This record gives sequence, structure tokens and C-alpha cells, in this order.
Amino acid sequence: MEQFAPVKRSKDGQPVRYLIVDDSVFARKNLARMIETFGGQVAAEAGDGLTAISEFDRTHPDIVLMDITMPQMEGIEAAERIVQQHPEARIVMVSSVGYQENIVAALQRGARHFVQKPVKPEVLYEVIKYVLGDDGAVASAAGAGA
Amino acid sequence: MKMELIQPFINAADAVLSQGLQGTTKVGTLTMEEEAYRRKGVAGMIALTGDIEGRIILDLEPQTAVKVASHYAGAELPESDALIKETIFELANQVVGNAISALNDQGFHFRVHPPLLLTAQEGDKTSEDTEALMISFETSLGHVFMNVALRYNKRRMADHAAVGA
Repeated sequence: MEQFAPVKRSKDGQPVRYLIVDDSVFARKNLARMIETFGGQVAAEAGDGLTAISEFDRTHPDIVLMDITMPQMEGIEAAERIVQQHPEARIVMVSSVGYQENIVAALQRGARHFVQKPVKPEVLYEVIKYVLGDDGAVASAAGAGA
Repeated sequence: MKMELIQPFINAADAVLSQGLQGTTKVGTLTMEEEAYRRKGVAGMIALTGDIEGRIILDLEPQTAVKVASHYAGAELPESDALIKETIFELANQVVGNAISALNDQGFHFRVHPPLLLTAQEGDKTSEDTEALMISFETSLGHVFMNVALRYNKRRMADHAAVGA
């Protein structure tokens, strides 16, 4: 898999911490591998919206990657509940169902961005940099381990 | 079955497989299936309900399924690995998700049901108004088969027409 210049937290230079939410183990593994190539760290994983809420409270990740169609509680509702409790939460919806209604609903209920599956690493990388804004810093390749 | 319903699924499968397997995918044979569906290997089925209803099956011969799942996992997987089934499910989800995104933007509304693993060798026979189309995709790792059986939900379509009138 392609390597990217690591994106670190600008406040302390530590890896960006992610919560990955998807009912598919395959999708979670795939996203985790991408995150590694971005220099990030998986703080937690969840397979449904309800678990996502508790894992967010437990780990306080920098970014949440959230699927939409999931059992128990769908991703848009989970995103809304997380943002109600933590307005600073940065949630990126990652779903194969990318029609306009869905995207608008997700954004209106607190998601910061939307990435359609199959996820292209270069697209997700750019979205993460955008969503982090000033709170993220791209380290030079030489400083990747710093 | 109308080609306008099928084409988004063919386009989506072509795109998902080409990107995921990082190679060219060729759309191979298209055949109408009137008999009951006969599973080829690891098969995931997704049902759709709404303005259009029916089901989509993504089916890979066992060896191809192992190769495809291993490719995505970045490591050789044993034939028994649960990740093989998960991979086929997620591919089916991506194909259906991308296809219905295109159809939704044309005004059709659906509910996508979670994928199910087909375990029986033979499925239900298709009826006259839900004839199935089998499409074979040639990939670098083997053939991927997609069986699409869809029909317009006439009552839902009539309701929409009445509201729009």
C-alpha cells in the first residue's frame, strides 16, 4: 500500500487517533491499514452505532470514521448523538451508499465530511487533512518518526 | 428486466473490482437465468426493497474467493478464514451501495438489507417478472459472478405517480 507523509497532531506531534466504526470486519481492517500508512493510530473499533458512542466516550479519538448502514444503530444517528455530547468531534462518514440525501443528512446531523466506498487512500488522506485543519500537521518524511 | 436497472450494477461492480483488485476488469458474458440459482462458491446475497425490489448475488468460486480475500488482506488466507466471507459481503455491499446511489439520484428509493451468506447449492426459481441476469467479470484473480434479479415495485411507483400528479 502507498505510503503518505505522516499526519500528526499539531499540539503535541503525536499520531492522530482514530475510532473506526463499521459492521464489516473486512472494512475495519482495510481502514486500519490505510490509517497506518497515514502515520495514524487506531484508538478503538466498533461494529455498530451504540458501541461507537461508548467507545468515543472511552477513547476520545481525534477522528471517527463512521459507516452508515449498521445493526442496532445506524451511523448517522450515532454521529448525531456523539456530536450532541461532544461538539468538537470530527466525524467522517464512510459508506458505499453515497446518494445526495444520505450525504446531506449526515452533514446536517454533525458529520464533517463524507467518503464513498470503495475508499481511495489518497482521497481519505486529503479528507483527514482537511477535517483536522490547523489541529493536524503533515510531518516531513525525514521527521516521520519524530 | 430493464437494462436501465441493471447497468448501474454492472458499472458499480466494474468500478469496485477494478479499484480493489488494482487491475483491469472485463465484463464477460451476460446470460438470462430462468432456472433456480446454482451457487458457484462463496456467495453473498443482498436484498433490496422499495421502488425497485429483488436481490443481488455476488458469487466467487472457492479458490477465487480465497485469492480475492488474500489480496485485500495483504496476506495469504486459509480457505476456512472468516475474512473470506466478510470480503465477499463487503464487496457486495460496495457494489450495491454504489449502484443504488446512482439510481437514488434518478429518483428511486430503496432499503438495502444486510448481506446474507448463501449456503444452499440451489436458490429459489426466478419468476416471470423477476428474471435474473448473470454477469461474469473477468479479473486478474479469476471470475466474479453477479446475479441480478430486480423488478419495479408497481404499487410504490403508482403511489409516487399519484403524489406527483
